[in-house]
Amino acid sequence: MAAEGNAKPAKKLSLKENYALLTRGLGWEPSYEKKEDIFRTIDFEGVVIHDWDKWEDPFRLTMDAYWKYQGEKERKLYAIIDAFQQNNGQFNVTDARYVQALKVFINGITELEYLSHRGFNMLAREFPGVGPRIAAQMQSLDELRHATTQIHTISQYAKYFTGMNEFPYQFDRVWYLSIPKSFFEDAVTSGPFEFIVAISFAFEYVLTNLAFMPWMSGAAFNGDMATVSFGFSAQSDEARHMTLGIEVIKFLLEQDPANVPLVQKWIDKWFWRGYRLLSLLATMMDYMLPKRVMAWNEAWEIYYEQNGGALFADLARYGIKPPKRAPETIAEKGHVAHQMWSVFYANRDAVGFQMWLPSEEEMAWMSEKYPDTFDQYYRPRYEYWKAMEAAGTPFKNTTLPQLCQVCQWPCLFTDSGDPTTLSLRETEYQGQTFHMCSDGCKDIFDDTPEKYVHAWLPVHQIYQGNCFLPGVDPTAPDFNPMYEALRYMGIKPGVDNGDFKGGADATNWEKWTSRPANIHEGAYTDAVRDSHIKS
Amino acid sequence: MATTSTQPVFIALQANNDTMPIIEAIRQDNPNAVVHEYPAMVKIDCPGRLVIRRESVEEHLGRDFDLREIQINMISIAGNVDESDEEFVLEWKTH
Amino acid sequence: MTVEIRTKSVKPLSLSFGHLQRRFGDKPATRYQEATYDIQSTANFHYKPLWDPEREMFDARRTAVTMKDWYALKDPRQFYYGNYTTTRAKQQDAIDRTLDFIEKRDLLRALPVDVRDLIVHAIVPLRHYEWGANTGSAHVAAYGYGTAITSPAMMNTMDRLGMAQHISRIGLLLDGNSGDSLSAAHALWTDHADWQGLRREVERMFVTRDWFEVFVAQLLVADALVYPLFFQHIDAAIAGGNGSALSSLTDYLMRWFDETAKWIDAVIKTAVAENADNKALISGWVLTWRDRLVPALTPIVQHALGNQSEDAVAAVVAAFNSRAAKLGLSV
Repeated sequence: MAAEGNAKPAKKLSLKENYALLTRGLGWEPSYEKKEDIFRTIDFEGVVIHDWDKWEDPFRLTMDAYWKYQGEKERKLYAIIDAFQQNNGQFNVTDARYVQALKVFINGITELEYLSHRGFNMLAREFPGVGPRIAAQMQSLDELRHATTQIHTISQYAKYFTGMNEFPYQFDRVWYLSIPKSFFEDAVTSGPFEFIVAISFAFEYVLTNLAFMPWMSGAAFNGDMATVSFGFSAQSDEARHMTLGIEVIKFLLEQDPANVPLVQKWIDKWFWRGYRLLSLLATMMDYMLPKRVMAWNEAWEIYYEQNGGALFADLARYGIKPPKRAPETIAEKGHVAHQMWSVFYANRDAVGFQMWLPSEEEMAWMSEKYPDTFDQYYRPRYEYWKAMEAAGTPFKNTTLPQLCQVCQWPCLFTDSGDPTTLSLRETEYQGQTFHMCSDGCKDIFDDTPEKYVHAWLPVHQIYQGNCFLPGVDPTAPDFNPMYEALRYMGIKPGVDNGDFKGGADATNWEKWTSRPANIHEGAYTDAVRDSHIKS
Repeated sequence: MATTSTQPVFIALQANNDTMPIIEAIRQDNPNAVVHEYPAMVKIDCPGRLVIRRESVEEHLGRDFDLREIQINMISIAGNVDESDEEFVLEWKTH
Repeated sequence: MTVEIRTKSVKPLSLSFGHLQRRFGDKPATRYQEATYDIQSTANFHYKPLWDPEREMFDARRTAVTMKDWYALKDPRQFYYGNYTTTRAKQQDAIDRTLDFIEKRDLLRALPVDVRDLIVHAIVPLRHYEWGANTGSAHVAAYGYGTAITSPAMMNTMDRLGMAQHISRIGLLLDGNSGDSLSAAHALWTDHADWQGLRREVERMFVTRDWFEVFVAQLLVADALVYPLFFQHIDAAIAGGNGSALSSLTDYLMRWFDETAKWIDAVIKTAVAENADNKALISGWVLTWRDRLVPALTPIVQHALGNQSEDAVAAVVAAFNSRAAKLGLSV
């Protein structure tokens, strides 16, 4: 310490200098143990990093600032959640159909936040550089926040509506929840660089805006103050995470030209895998929001075609091209939501929420939003099914669908260019045939078949008899395999599933609120008619 | 330093009392910005580059402002970020 | 639209989530319970991790400790993200005022040069110890089993970054924000004989794979020696005759240490009481790491305390042994 240094007044530090001093020098070159024994998972993917210090942190957050700003966000959010609970805010949403979407959220998305937390935690441990490790640590903690705030918000709904009460149990077992579960497990079981390209870049940077911005705005539009509050509050963290995503890509591409083809391969793979996962939101936006903000195809145009276009134009200087299967997503944008809703409707006895056919008003909206597809392909189907319902012979699937070996969606999609032909692909591997829903998923399988053959495909498992609770006797005379499989999955048959009209949520809603459970169809029960007469 | 890119960057903010001065500052400093209002959210698009200047926010807010406070109400962004004590910049580098 | 809910007539279908009802009965759950119990996946994993193909993605076999129910390892502080961050924000707000007070009056730079040199030599290098502890806690959080242990380990990971940055600020208050004290401390940590024992053990923790052993080595043993030795004994020696400016900054670290010890103790006590194998295993780890760390710390403590160092080390080890005995460990 130079004593003369004390004569001068203390230097004023800029944000950048302060951050650099408080973080960058924390690490050191180990000498008692070998570096490869300390950071054991960063070499096997073939990524070349010459200098971890070249990492640029866009948000220069020290922990004091992190606690301060995140603490402020939490105080605001929990004030809203408290008020929401005290005022029975769960009954202020548009109608009880909206609540069915929240079931998809708590059962299918909350655990993804948790998996993301654990995945980033592994990077937080394994990355040798201080800068990227701290970024991964903050993101890991943020993801824990998202899981937590979703649970705390939706727990109020879970007390009053069916099918939300067993979310961790269902996530591990329900057949269609293997779509999100396998997506994130695929990422977490990959190497750290593939994980961060998959989640930070392909998923968060390229894709999540289009899901969460219009969806959360839609939650606000439908009166769900609590969900929009956690949604937008979480998105404020995501804005940091997306920036991490683009910094990761630039860092990898600038470190070594050998990284470019690897990064391109991961972008192609995870763009497609993320797109398949998030098209679930297509259905939620177009069918499950009673009041709509934006259609899926519009969201895709704004958030992928325009903003993704700008991003990939920016990355072209590194030799990175737009994702290989992006053209398919554009070709499908007028179809996915309708095709998925059809499959869920047909399988409504095997899902953990309650289903309905779109009303006249909704079909008119879809005709307007999807002029090239809806009236030609989907309206006739819904009208036919409506007629079957009216005739007392509603259409139902009695068998479970064929799943894609990679994305685990039922093979429900049509070939791009021919909406009347199902898209089915297959690959022979070690003497067995594996089925895929699309060229995008077949690319992924064919690149790493040894990974995807391990997928726990729920429909296969059910038919193999692996999905029954202990003590269930499949040889008993009254054995009902569908009923028993639902019980294994944590779905209460006859309560959680089936038709919305006449279901527990619609009936309770009208009894408790005296408002129609479906704003487009008027009252289902006398509870609403009575109250209208009185007023 | 000006970018030659005209690709759109954006910032989306929660629509509330805290963000009004930020949105005003953005309008003032970015003549090409286009403000879209959605339920509970304001999305601001701008070709190539968008800047939020601390001084401009302070002018509209009437108190000292730390640019990191934007994070409390920020929903999303697109573009490369450069944050200093004076400016929060979003931009695309190439066409 | 005004909604009149006849709230009296509305009886909820259930008072808490199914997994919480099975543990605690059908009664309202706390936010800690909702955020913690049974959140981590336990079944039907899809792929073999490329980084550990012999085990599942979440696998209880990454430690030799066994538990019938991993959610028995609960956090008495009941931290979930919200009350964790608001608690830390409040504490940070208080320490910010202290930092501001000291900076405005240049209280650390006003200390005699030998005292400032001693703080740089014996306190500031601990920012690297904290960064090492950050790695250890990140290891527990990444590879541990069950949200009850991994979630507070995640928070502890961030706490350690916060403590590393707090200690760095002490350096900046000494060097007038030039960063010279931080570079000096870095060189001491990597090269000076006084610090090599501790750095050797920190690096040994980096290659220890059993996450529960890392928890024991870092959070139970090393912290219980380092915190009182540096932030009580050495701090007191510096404060004697030099005023309390430094103590007002190390007080923050000791308060954090005391709060965190409640969590550590609860985890260890429960794991040790679970079965005899755990008790033998954890006791063995405690002895091994204590007997490595005590000699590792001795040179730097001697440098700072001179002939009082033996008494200080003896007192801290005695306090640790009695804490360990209370937790049911055979030491």
